Amino acid sequence: MQSQTGFKLATSLDELREVVDKYKDTQGTTIPILQDIQEHFGYLPEEAVEWAADRLEIPRSKFYGVATFYSQFYLTPRGKNIVTVCSGTACHVKGSEKILNRLTRDLNLPEGQNTTDDMIFTLEKVNCVGACSIAPVVIINQKVNGKAAASKIALQVKKLGKEEDQA
Amino acid sequence: MSAKSIEIMVCMGTGGIAAGGDLVMDAFYSQLKAAGLEANVQKGCSAHKVGCRGLCAKDVLVDVIVDDNKATYEYIKEDMVERLIEEHIKGGKPVEEWLVKEDYHNFHDKQVKVVLADCGNIDPESIDAYIGVEGYKAQEKVFKNLAPTETIEIIKESGLRGRGGAGFPTGFKWELCFKNESDQKYIICNADEGDPGAFMDRSVIEGNPHSVIEGMAIGAFSFGASIGYVYIRAEYPLAVERLYLALDQARQKNFLGKNILGTGFDFDIKVKLGAGAFVCGEETALIASIEGERGMPRAKPPFPVNSGLWGKPTVINNVETLANIPAIIRNGAEWFASYGTEKSKGTKVFALTGKVKNSGLIEIPMGTTLRTIIFDIGGGIENDKKFKAVQTGGPSGGCITEDMLDLNVDFESLAKVGSIVGSGGMIVLDEDNCMVDVAKYFLQFTQSESCGKCVPCRIGTKRLLEILEKITIGEGTAEDLVRLEKLAKDVQSASLCGLGMTAPNPVLSTLKYFRDEYEAHLEGRCPAKACRQLLTYTIDAEACTGCGACKRACPTGAITGEKKKPHALDQELCVKCGACFDTCKFNSVGRE
Repeated sequence: MQSQTGFKLATSLDELREVVDKYKDTQGTTIPILQDIQEHFGYLPEEAVEWAADRLEIPRSKFYGVATFYSQFYLTPRGKNIVTVCSGTACHVKGSEKILNRLTRDLNLPEGQNTTDDMIFTLEKVNCVGACSIAPVVIINQKVNGKAAASKIALQVKKLGKEEDQA
Repeated sequence: MSAKSIEIMVCMGTGGIAAGGDLVMDAFYSQLKAAGLEANVQKGCSAHKVGCRGLCAKDVLVDVIVDDNKATYEYIKEDMVERLIEEHIKGGKPVEEWLVKEDYHNFHDKQVKVVLADCGNIDPESIDAYIGVEGYKAQEKVFKNLAPTETIEIIKESGLRGRGGAGFPTGFKWELCFKNESDQKYIICNADEGDPGAFMDRSVIEGNPHSVIEGMAIGAFSFGASIGYVYIRAEYPLAVERLYLALDQARQKNFLGKNILGTGFDFDIKVKLGAGAFVCGEETALIASIEGERGMPRAKPPFPVNSGLWGKPTVINNVETLANIPAIIRNGAEWFASYGTEKSKGTKVFALTGKVKNSGLIEIPMGTTLRTIIFDIGGGIENDKKFKAVQTGGPSGGCITEDMLDLNVDFESLAKVGSIVGSGGMIVLDEDNCMVDVAKYFLQFTQSESCGKCVPCRIGTKRLLEILEKITIGEGTAEDLVRLEKLAKDVQSASLCGLGMTAPNPVLSTLKYFRDEYEAHLEGRCPAKACRQLLTYTIDAEACTGCGACKRACPTGAITGEKKKPHALDQELCVKCGACFDTCKFNSVGRE
């Protein structure tokens, strides 16, 4: 199994330079830069953010402040498969918490952790994906599943896990 | 082949796509082509996508229009396309059993569509489709025939109030900005729809992005802004994609850019992707976010119309507000003001969701009663359960009970009963929803979204949540209720911005109308049987058929038993997830 944690700044420097340099000398760019870095690496590697901050002569602390403020930013690597449980109001009143509890248990995720140790799955909840008429909604690798039932979603996730094992 | 024209419209909003709209669309494309139908029709044959038409619960919705005769089908899947083409398009006979039923018509009949008029009727990815329904006519009128003050006067007379929540009069806001002299002004479209349970802004941008662009251009021209921003949630990929496309098209036709329509006026719009913070719906926090800071609100005044983005006069309008503008300019202030109530004019889009049969996006004149909305348009409660309450205004709103169902929905009357119109989320709750749990849900939300700047909100919401958590696990006391109410009022009055000031609303309104449910929890009971820790599951040995369904569903192996013999549940192992209860077809699992 390959781990995604081994971020190496040296091997990604060219990409990073390209991302960062287009924002030189423009105002209000902290968020777009972080969004672009994340788009490239799947999360915000500390080294990459620090490198960008230094290059743009913006205090590192400012990047850190912004990165920790917005829920879109991930400071740790995420799993290969992303399972997102919507916990908007409509989804909540239609039982999204049950789905979340079930998946947390099935994936053996201890409290406070949302990525499995083998980096195969990340389970997260989002505030609302705005598809309330088909609540509850679970998004598995960007595919939206409407009117989701805990047992069916659990089955899908299990199947995905098995495919990963064989791969 | 006698048909002169064939048109297929497939609902492709987020809801439509989730239900398989893209597959249906592909099936139409390839099968129409294979059948050689394109060549056989004179006026043309097209299959195209349309935005959301509201009733997402019945997706995929498909219109088949043969020679101007339109038939609408519901719940269409890709494997049904073949029969539609064979029987309806080739054979001329609509497939009766798949047509939309009466409730589809009920859903639409009582609505009045201004903002949503063209959502679901035109291709959102085509500027020509928008121009075909009088799009950009209003902009032309404003740019060529009206003085800025005249435009502002029309908006003022229409009585349009901001649709983002607070209901501030739009024309008045524009006028304030107009009067501020500055070398640079901005207009910002707030599309950071953060309320959980609301998706009207997403649907408008997905379904008719040009109406928002046109509204922004009209505003910019009348108070003199040369740069606009759309601050939109990154969680809405489809809306973002269609917005970018629409902006490019508008630039190509010179509705945006330099010297627009030959008037010498320059205006362009940039897109800023929100990074997921509810508080950024607040004006000053949104501005901070565009400036690249943490999205924290600051004290007002100064208001953004005086000192906004980069310290310059800035108007921030919500998506729906802006989408109303072109229609008001085209049809006049009087026309708009003819809808609604004395102080709340026009229509409002609501996201009607939760335990209601026809959930979806609706647009109604202000002043429509909740009863009409929930029971006529919404078709009543799902599974014929008992209505308990409707929650409006999201985390800043409150609950409205059955005896207030004849209330007219407008800014004033909802405020009077402790709720708000807000951005327009309307979540229907039935007897299975616990009101304490609902209050806890919203508090969890506001607590985690509190930006942390002011103490009452940062610490107050945390303590409120802790008390609610204590109550939902059955450890609450009578003093907790007193403390809860007092603290809620303190947070309400002492917080810096709208988030903190309204965060206690769900608590206060449920305490007011559902105090009995809170008291039941103090005795260790959850009347709606929703609070997990207060429930016990049992298996009725006499009713159990030993089918094994619950045993298979149980994630912890707490259920044991031989086939065709009554099963048993080990309370020690039970995590109260309710899987057995949901699975059992014989009502043998009890929940107390």
